[in-house]
Amino acid sequence: MGIDLPLLWALIIGFGVMMYVLMDGFDLGIGILYPFLPDKIDRDVAMNTVAPVWDGNETWLVLGGAGLLAAFPLVYSVVLTALYLPLILMLLGLIFRGIAFEFRFKAWERERPVWDAAFIGGSFAATFFQGVVLGAYVSGLPVENGAYAGGPLDWIAPFPLFTGVGLVFAYALLGSTWLIMKTEGALQARMVRVTRPLSWVLLAAIAVISVWTPLRDPAIAARWFSPPHLLWFAPVPLLVLASMALLQRALRRGAQVAPFVLTLFLMFLGYAGLAISGWPRILPPDIDIWRAAAPPQSLGFALVGALFIVPFILMYTAFSYYVFRGKVRPGDDGYH
Amino acid sequence: MPDSLALDLARVQFGFTISFHIIFPAITIGLASYLAVLEGMWLYTRRTLYRDLYHFWAKIFAVNFGMGVVSGLVMAYQFGTNWSFFSEFAGSVTGPLLAYEVLTAFFLEAGFLGVMLFGWNRVGPGLHFFSTLAVAVGTLISTFWILASNSWMQTPQGFEIVDGRVVPTDWLAVIFNPSFPYRLLHMSVAAFLATALFVGASAAWHLLRGRDQPAIRKMFSMALWMMLIVAPAQALIGDLHGLNTLAHQPAKVAAMEGHWGDENEPGEGLPLLLFGWPDMAAETTRFAVGVPRLGSLILTHSWDGTIPGLKDFPAEDRPNATVVFWSFRVMVGLGLLMILLGGLGLVQRWRGRLYRSRWFLRFALAMGPAGLVAILAGWYTTEIGRQPWVVYGLMRTGEAVSPHAPGTLALSLGLFVVVYLFVFGAGIAYMLRLVRKGPVPDEGAEATPGGPGQQRHAMRPLSAVTEEH
Repeated sequence: MGIDLPLLWALIIGFGVMMYVLMDGFDLGIGILYPFLPDKIDRDVAMNTVAPVWDGNETWLVLGGAGLLAAFPLVYSVVLTALYLPLILMLLGLIFRGIAFEFRFKAWERERPVWDAAFIGGSFAATFFQGVVLGAYVSGLPVENGAYAGGPLDWIAPFPLFTGVGLVFAYALLGSTWLIMKTEGALQARMVRVTRPLSWVLLAAIAVISVWTPLRDPAIAARWFSPPHLLWFAPVPLLVLASMALLQRALRRGAQVAPFVLTLFLMFLGYAGLAISGWPRILPPDIDIWRAAAPPQSLGFALVGALFIVPFILMYTAFSYYVFRGKVRPGDDGYH
Repeated sequence: MPDSLALDLARVQFGFTISFHIIFPAITIGLASYLAVLEGMWLYTRRTLYRDLYHFWAKIFAVNFGMGVVSGLVMAYQFGTNWSFFSEFAGSVTGPLLAYEVLTAFFLEAGFLGVMLFGWNRVGPGLHFFSTLAVAVGTLISTFWILASNSWMQTPQGFEIVDGRVVPTDWLAVIFNPSFPYRLLHMSVAAFLATALFVGASAAWHLLRGRDQPAIRKMFSMALWMMLIVAPAQALIGDLHGLNTLAHQPAKVAAMEGHWGDENEPGEGLPLLLFGWPDMAAETTRFAVGVPRLGSLILTHSWDGTIPGLKDFPAEDRPNATVVFWSFRVMVGLGLLMILLGGLGLVQRWRGRLYRSRWFLRFALAMGPAGLVAILAGWYTTEIGRQPWVVYGLMRTGEAVSPHAPGTLALSLGLFVVVYLFVFGAGIAYMLRLVRKGPVPDEGAEATPGGPGQQRHAMRPLSAVTEEH
């Protein structure tokens, strides 16, 4: 076989998770920013900017889970067992966030604060625990005889908690720049004001993680700092700084779309940085993608579907965004 | 073997979360197709009552769909969080099937749901109808894949075991495994029936309160036509499904019938037990009340045929007959009531009293949740009847469970119970609140013409709900 199936599947899952982070990132970010939008009309508008698309965005997370089960069942089993509690808390967060979309607009006036709180709390919890899962996963999970060998609370450690908080800021930034693009007037001005400090905090978080990961893992240090790699990967941190500078400039100039696009790029760079650190280990520190892969019969069967169908998914997802393009105003189509 | 308390907790958690989950997709499957029919009828006849009904049910659909999505996300991860050894063992089969469900169904539904719910004024009628159809087809594709996966766990084939793991060898055999066609048909039809009962009960509620409007009559009539034709068809499908189970999982059928194998003399045939209490420890069915030979007639289509009894299987391979015996009878009993409802509906229609007979309307109202209860009872029958196996004959449930401490599981189960009861309780209350409001005449009529992307202050498809409170 000339095709490296595990490699292709690692790329597909990596792509799916990245789509999730970028797309559900701004939905969740809106929930995180809700406390900064006390006015009901603003909250309605903010929610309506994502109401038609949030469900599709979240589906990328289901693809990540299903793809992992299909292509790397060992990883799916070990990671999901190891990070049981943070994952359950993340799922519960996503439940509160997801139902808030419908319930908030179906509720009687006096009940609405409950679903506002569910939207805020659910978005915060889902994001924070996603970050915790990410941090704990990157830190490495002890595996013995094909099963997780650590404790149920190992994730309560400085690095995962830090990545949890970091992701809250990252999604908040995606949310604030999305709203700059999708809204206008006072709501937009308010989002411009929160975007500046958020972006600096995120830059600091990226810097801390960039220093922390090589310090705690010599393999990651070697990956980044050994002679030829240093040159190949140097563009990543440089591009982070450049897009940060462009983001500040775009904010000063009152750009509508550029802040969001630059934040997407920033997130992509952070994601790529983590991927470079980990590659090709899929269960850090020891197990690589080839050792963890499902049999080729499974990888091949699912690959046919993925390669054929994902382009269609991207097409009709783009169509949906196109239908709902432009600024959202109070009283527009959507929930009220 | 894991701690048995931990295993029980993991099973209770799975049963609890999936029982809540299945309710929503069942209604989603039925309502999506119903909405497609309503929108098609509106475009074809231009009778506004179809459009009014479309908008009415679309709101209820939206709430239900949201709950299905979030409760389904939990299921997609629970195979790994709680059944990690199952996932490692059989993920090579169930994983690709789940991946195909996501790729061909979930994205399709999610991608077009936004246009369906929010795009009435943003796209033309043809494109909107296409979106509704895409969502409806998506729900059916989803049913196809998830039942292929479940059926494979019931009647596995098309694989070999290599190094203690399943390796698929023939995907067509995996997907079209022996129980799949029956289960797919039985469940899809069950979803349509459950939805028709819900729609019919909603109409009955309004009719009982004197809201005798054409739109309400129309949905009552549609629901009862559905019941008349599909409820008897379901009985036939169920019978075939049962015979298929007898061929492939005889222990399950023995448990469903409370049949131990030593109750009857040769040539006497099997009775059909109407009542009884299968006692697993004493290996007998107490208080058995049955119709002689009817069991043989149904299960073997002969006067004195017989089937394996529970005693033909080692005690550790027997499913819990006490539960399965009764869950099966609940399902069948409700199914018979559905047939009765459909038949009485025809009689009342004939007599011209369909919309006025109060006892009949009350019966239709009471049958509102019957479809969902029957679905749950049916799933308990087939899933508990598969025990002690998670993959029938290949892997025991006790070998599948993740190594969590009971305390961890008690915590997660407690959280699920509290959150589900609160969230889905509220959601169901909101759905019923929407039902009570009823269809709003000429909703969606003030639509302004224009192509997609036109910026305007348009009508509000989902606004009717909150404004009056």
